[in-house]
Amino acid sequence: MTPERGPGAVRIAAGQGFWGDWLEAPYRQVTGGPVDYLMMDYLAEVTMSILQKQKSRDPSLGYAKDFVPLMERILPIVAERGIKITANAGGVNPRACAQAVAEVARRLKLGGKLRIGVVTGDDLLGRLDGLLARGHELRNLDTGRPLSDVRDRVVAANAYLGAWPVVDALRRGADIVITGRVTDTGLTLAPMIHAFEWPADAWDLLAAGTVAGHTIECGAQCSGGNCLVDWERIPDLANVGYPIVAARPDGTFEVTKHPGTGGRISVAGVTEQLVYEMGDPAAYITPDCIADFTTIRLEQAGKDRVRVSGVRGRPATDKLKVSVAYFYGHKAVGTLVYGWPDAYKKARAADRVLRQRLADLGLAFEAIHTEFVGADATHGRLALEDVVVDDLPEVQLRIGVRSPDKPAVERFTREIAPLILNGPPSVTGFAGGRPKPEEIVAYWPALLDKSMVEPCVELVEV
Amino acid sequence: MRRRSSKRRVRLVELAHARSGDKGDTANVGLIALKPAYYPILVKLVTAARVARHFKGMITGPVERFELPNLRALNFLLHGALDGGGTISLKTDAQGKVFSTALLRLEVELPR
Repeated sequence: MTPERGPGAVRIAAGQGFWGDWLEAPYRQVTGGPVDYLMMDYLAEVTMSILQKQKSRDPSLGYAKDFVPLMERILPIVAERGIKITANAGGVNPRACAQAVAEVARRLKLGGKLRIGVVTGDDLLGRLDGLLARGHELRNLDTGRPLSDVRDRVVAANAYLGAWPVVDALRRGADIVITGRVTDTGLTLAPMIHAFEWPADAWDLLAAGTVAGHTIECGAQCSGGNCLVDWERIPDLANVGYPIVAARPDGTFEVTKHPGTGGRISVAGVTEQLVYEMGDPAAYITPDCIADFTTIRLEQAGKDRVRVSGVRGRPATDKLKVSVAYFYGHKAVGTLVYGWPDAYKKARAADRVLRQRLADLGLAFEAIHTEFVGADATHGRLALEDVVVDDLPEVQLRIGVRSPDKPAVERFTREIAPLILNGPPSVTGFAGGRPKPEEIVAYWPALLDKSMVEPCVELVEV
Repeated sequence: MRRRSSKRRVRLVELAHARSGDKGDTANVGLIALKPAYYPILVKLVTAARVARHFKGMITGPVERFELPNLRALNFLLHGALDGGGTISLKTDAQGKVFSTALLRLEVELPR
């Protein structure tokens, strides 16, 4: 069934659940049937630090680069059909991203036909010292420590903006809204606020739009992807349909997908997505409102169609969440594969040998972590209680180390390969060569007074 | 002859499905009843303390539980489950994606 437009309904299609999601999804969403908006979420916590690094090397970068060729592919279609786009692909350089998209649009002879909205103001990196000096400590929400502990190692700092600056861009006629760190849910909520003219204190409605955003922000994860319930009978995942929200002015909405696509939209599957990354379900806090997930009512309204209603909300807080990325140290992970007989025993013996060698070398690590893939890597001792480890046909030894000391991590990477010839037998799987030490950029969640952050909206005419 | 017990042991995988994710070093597991009738059983038997025992040695912090009767679901927060979480973690499952099915291994006793 095609998502119905219905009286006053707005159809918002999810095109990317994260940066690196299926490239075909946005194209299929704008061609597979009628939609009004395409929403694409690109930013995870760690993404901002990668982008900040790219921008420091080249000031014209710092956004999700593959957004531009994607736009090149779909712009003629969205321009013709009047589909609007909200995407946080701008990363730490939304203006550069918008310029790149504008150039593509001009090349496609869409000059005069498109307006790009740019949302900035989330980037706090250049303002950190000022904020700290004024007494905003940006204490870590998990540990309680003040940011001054790691200030000299900070590589990115962004406030999470909500839906309202995106709404502002849409009201000013933007066809494509490119943002920095706007919340995933805000990208879906904004078109609803804009279309239905919801007031800023309509907390139940804002919460409903937020729930809609949470439902589709991970793309196909609510339409049959990564769905545990009845997973073997979910049809045609190769052709999976990404979700579409058909929203109504009263805050009710339906989750559906284009006809003829694979996957499944069911109450059970949508429920799995609703509880994904959930904290206290009665207080799902965003910049726009607090949504109460214990009020959500779901019903199967037809094949591949789930109706959502009843959502209640409360006033937003006076804080914004801030995501700080800071340099933490180094890590490396090495693997070797041991074969039958006694695969598990051999892998364990190799782990003991390796650990003794690391100790004999006097290398200090913050952590050494061993897993036996094929036995305990995902379920730990819970799995070992259920399996006859002596019979396993093969086991991968996977051992990782973490340290502030880069040379120690580098030395560790030299200790894996020798085990092939000087450790326990029947070992293979070293084609990838020596493991590469990786920089760890860690995530520091904090809160900041809303009044300290001023979102900025600009328009770029194509 | 062994006397037939008045209870039968079942794994949660027969009563529920689940999805898990991460927030920093905390894994969340949403446990969803496969049938409406199973939800009260989950509420009664799958307590925070029971889940903490199940994951003993695998997590360093406490377990919190929240109820969502409207979705027939329980949400568990497993603190200190991810070796620091995100980019810090050395675990294969640094984002806690399969804590969901690890919880479904838990055995509960049901009346026959």
